[in-house]
Amino acid sequence: MKEESAATVNYLNCDYSIRSWLLTVDHKRIGIMYLLAVTVFFLIGGIMATLFRFELSTAAGDLVTAETYNKLFTLHGVVMVFFFLIPSVPAVLGNFVLPLAIGAKDVAFPKLNLLSWYVFMIGGGITLFVALTGGLDTGWTFYTPYSSTYATTDVLSAAIGVFITGFSSILTGLNFLVTIHKMRAPGMTWMRMPLFVWALYATSLIMVLATPVLAITVALLAVERATGIGIFDPALGGDPVLFQHMFWFYSHPAVYIMILPSMGVISELVATFCRRRIFGYSFVAASSIAIAVIGFFVWGHHLFLSTQSVYAGMVFSFLSFLVAVPSAVKTFNWTATMYKSSVSWQSPMLYVMGFMGLFLVGGLTGVVLATLGLDVHMHDTYFVVAHFHYIMVGGVLMGYLGGLHYWWPKITGRMYSEAWAKVSALLVFVGFNLTFMPQFILGYLGMPRRYYAYPPEWQTLNVLSSAGASVLGVGYLIPVIYLLWSLRHGKPAPANPWGGKGLEWTIASPPTPHNFEKPVIVTEGAYAYGEGGHGHG
Amino acid sequence: MAESRNPLAHHFDSLEQQYAAAKLGMWSFLITEVMMFGGLFLGYILYRCRFPEVFAQGSHHLDIKLGAFNTAVLIVSSLTMALAVHAAQEGRKQATLTYLFFTLMLGLTFLGVKVIEYSDKYQHHLIPGARFLWSEGDAGPPQLFYSYYFCMTGLHAIHMVVGAGLLLWLMALTARNRFSPAYYTPIEMVGLYWHFVDIVWIFLFPLLYLIGRH
Amino acid sequence: MNHHIVPLKIYFAIFAALMAGTALTVWAAFQDFGEFNTLVAVVIAVVKAALVVLFFMHVKYSDKLIWVFASAGFIWLIILFAFTLMDPMTRDWLPVGAPLPM
Ligand SMILES: [Cu+2]
Repeated sequence: MKEESAATVNYLNCDYSIRSWLLTVDHKRIGIMYLLAVTVFFLIGGIMATLFRFELSTAAGDLVTAETYNKLFTLHGVVMVFFFLIPSVPAVLGNFVLPLAIGAKDVAFPKLNLLSWYVFMIGGGITLFVALTGGLDTGWTFYTPYSSTYATTDVLSAAIGVFITGFSSILTGLNFLVTIHKMRAPGMTWMRMPLFVWALYATSLIMVLATPVLAITVALLAVERATGIGIFDPALGGDPVLFQHMFWFYSHPAVYIMILPSMGVISELVATFCRRRIFGYSFVAASSIAIAVIGFFVWGHHLFLSTQSVYAGMVFSFLSFLVAVPSAVKTFNWTATMYKSSVSWQSPMLYVMGFMGLFLVGGLTGVVLATLGLDVHMHDTYFVVAHFHYIMVGGVLMGYLGGLHYWWPKITGRMYSEAWAKVSALLVFVGFNLTFMPQFILGYLGMPRRYYAYPPEWQTLNVLSSAGASVLGVGYLIPVIYLLWSLRHGKPAPANPWGGKGLEWTIASPPTPHNFEKPVIVTEGAYAYGEGGHGHG
Repeated sequence: MAESRNPLAHHFDSLEQQYAAAKLGMWSFLITEVMMFGGLFLGYILYRCRFPEVFAQGSHHLDIKLGAFNTAVLIVSSLTMALAVHAAQEGRKQATLTYLFFTLMLGLTFLGVKVIEYSDKYQHHLIPGARFLWSEGDAGPPQLFYSYYFCMTGLHAIHMVVGAGLLLWLMALTARNRFSPAYYTPIEMVGLYWHFVDIVWIFLFPLLYLIGRH
Repeated sequence: MNHHIVPLKIYFAIFAALMAGTALTVWAAFQDFGEFNTLVAVVIAVVKAALVVLFFMHVKYSDKLIWVFASAGFIWLIILFAFTLMDPMTRDWLPVGAPLPM
C-alpha cells in the first residue's frame, strides 16, 4: 500500500482526520498549527491597532473612553508581543524548516513540541478571556505598583496567561537547542549549517536563558496581586524598579528572540536570490551569537528615567551601543553579497529589501535612544514607539512574510500569485513607512505615548499615520487572500522553485511524512553556488 | 509484552543519540530552572542588603533544627537517588525499586516537615498579608522577608511534589521491566532533576535559616 | 550503552562531604566572621553544590558540551545578579541633578 503510492503520499495528505492534526508530532504539521494560531492572534492585535488609530485620527478623545483606549493599546501590545512576534518566525518557520535544513527526521523531542503548542494555546486562551471579560489596562509592560496594587482590571489572569505562554517559548527553545546539537545529518558540521539555523540557535539560547526570568517575574506579580503580600510594594519597603530590572532582563533580549530568526530568514533569501554564498558567512553566523549574548547586558536602557542610578545608566547606555556592531556586520555582509550579483527580484527578495530599509531606520534610531542624554528627551514619546515598530514590525514582519513566501511552495506544494505578492510587499513597505515615519516627528515634538487625545497641531501627522495604517492593513490582508487561494488554485510547486541550495529543496514539495526518503549525507557548506559561475560580471 | 517495547524513538538513529539528546535537553531544562529560581534569589539579595537587621530578625523565627534536619534528609535522598541510577546501570531491578522508594519516602518526609514549619508560621501570624503581626517595629520589611521565604521555599516544595510524582512514575516503569543496562534514561534524567532540587535547598538553608545567628 | 559507572565509594565519600558541609555551615553561622559571615555561608553552599553537580549529576564524567551547559546557567545567573545590583549599589554615587565630577 505504502509502496504503491510512495510518490504522492506527503505529510499533508497522509491523514486528513482532525485527530491526526491535534495529536500530530510531525514538526511540519505543528508548524502549520502555529501558523494558524499566530495568524488569528495577529488579526486580533491588528483590530486593536485599527481601533486606536481611528481614535487618534482626531485630536480630541471622542471615539472611545480613556479607559477603553488604555485597554486597546495594552491588549495590542500583549497579543502582538507574546502571541505573534515571539512565536512567529521560530515557531512557524523554525518548526517547519529546522529539521529539514539539517537533514533530520524531526526535532529532538516531537511530543514536547506538540506540548508547547498546547501550552501556547492555553496561555493565549487565558489572555483572550481577559480581553473579553473587561480587558487589561497596565500596558504590556505590567509595571508595578500600578499592576499589583491599583489597576482594577484582571491583571491576575493576564499574568497567569503570560506565565503559561512563557513555557511554550522555553520548550521550543530547548527543543531547538538539542535538535541543532544532536540531530544534524552526517557531514552537517557547524560551519556548513544554513545561517537560518545559526539564527535559530542564537534565538533558542535567549529563549532558554531569559524566558524563565520573565516567568518568575509575572509569577511574583500574580502572587502579589492575588494575596497582597509585599514583593515589589514600596509601602512595605519593596522596590518597583526591581520589577523593571527583572522584566527587561527578559524583554530586551526578547526583541532579539523576534529579530534574530528574521535575520536568519533574510540570510537564506539573500543567498538564494543572489545565487551566492553569503559574503563573510562565519561573521554572519558569529554575529547572531554575539547579538544574543550582548543583548543580555543592555536592558537598563529601559530604566534611564526610573530611579536607576546614573552610573548604571551610563554603563547600560555604552553597552547598548555595542549591539549595533554585530547588527551592522549582518547588514554589510548582506549588501556585500548582493553587490554585483545578478539578483532575481522575486517576491521574497522584495521583502528582503523592505527588511533592510526598515531595519536600518529602526537600528539607527535605536542608537539615538540608547544615548543616555537623548533618551531623557525621547523617553516614552512616539519616537520610541516608532523606533521599536521599525524593528519589531518592520524588521520582524518583513522577515516573516519573506520567509513565508519563500517556503510556502515547500509547505503547501503550491505556488501563489507572484504579481499579487509583489503588490502586497510594496503596500506593506509604503504603508509601514507612512504609518511610523510621522510618529518619529511626533515623538521628537514631544507627543507622549499611551494618550488618547493630543493638541490639535499634531493632527495632520496623526492622520497621516492612521492613513498609513490602513494601507498597511490592506498590505497584510492581501497575502491572506492569495495564499489561501493558492491552496486550491495555485500551480503545483516543483521541489526547488527558487534554485535554493538548502536540504529542504532536495525533497518533494510538500515533503513526505518522514522528510528524507534516503539517508542524508552532507558534503558541502550552505549556499554552495560555486564561485565564479554566477554574478561576477 | 512490555519487555518487547523498543525504547528507540523513530526519529533517532541510535539509542546513544537518543540518550545524548535527552541528557542535553535535561541540562537545558535545568538552566531554565536556575534562571527561574535566580529571579527569586535576586530579590532576596536586594532586600537583604537593604534591610539586614530585619532579615536577621525574621530568620530567628525559623527553626534551625528543622531546617538542618530537612537539609540532611535531602542529602540522603540525593544519595539514594544516585544509588538508584547506579543500580539501574547495573540492571538490578529490585535494588533500583528499593532506592527509588527510599528517595520518595525521604522526599515526603521533607514535605511533611515543611508542613509543620508552615503551620507554625501561620499560628504565629508570620504569613504576610492582612493577618501579619510583628512586634519588633515596622511591619513592612519583615513581610518582605517572609514573602520571599514563602515564595522560595514554596516554589522549592512544588518542585519536590513534582519530583515525588516522577519517582512514582519511575517505580511503575521499573516494576514493568521497562529499563535495562542499555536503556535507563528516564531514571538518570529524573535523578538530575532531583539533585538540582537538592542544590536549591543547599542554598536556601543558610540564606533563610542561618542569618545573624552569632 | 557503555556509560561511565561511578564507583559506589565515590558516592559515599561525596555524601559524607555534604553532611560535613551541612554541619560546618551550621557551626559557622554561630561564629562571628564580621563582614564575612554571609560570604562563608555562600562559599560552603557553592562547594556543596559543586560536589553534587560534579559527582551525583555526573558532570565530571560527561563531555564538554554538558560542562558548558552546566556552567552557562550559573554564568547567566551572575549576569542577572551583577547588572541588576549594580543599580542599587551605585544609586547615591552620582545623585540626579548634581554636577558631574570632572
Ligand atoms: Cu531594549
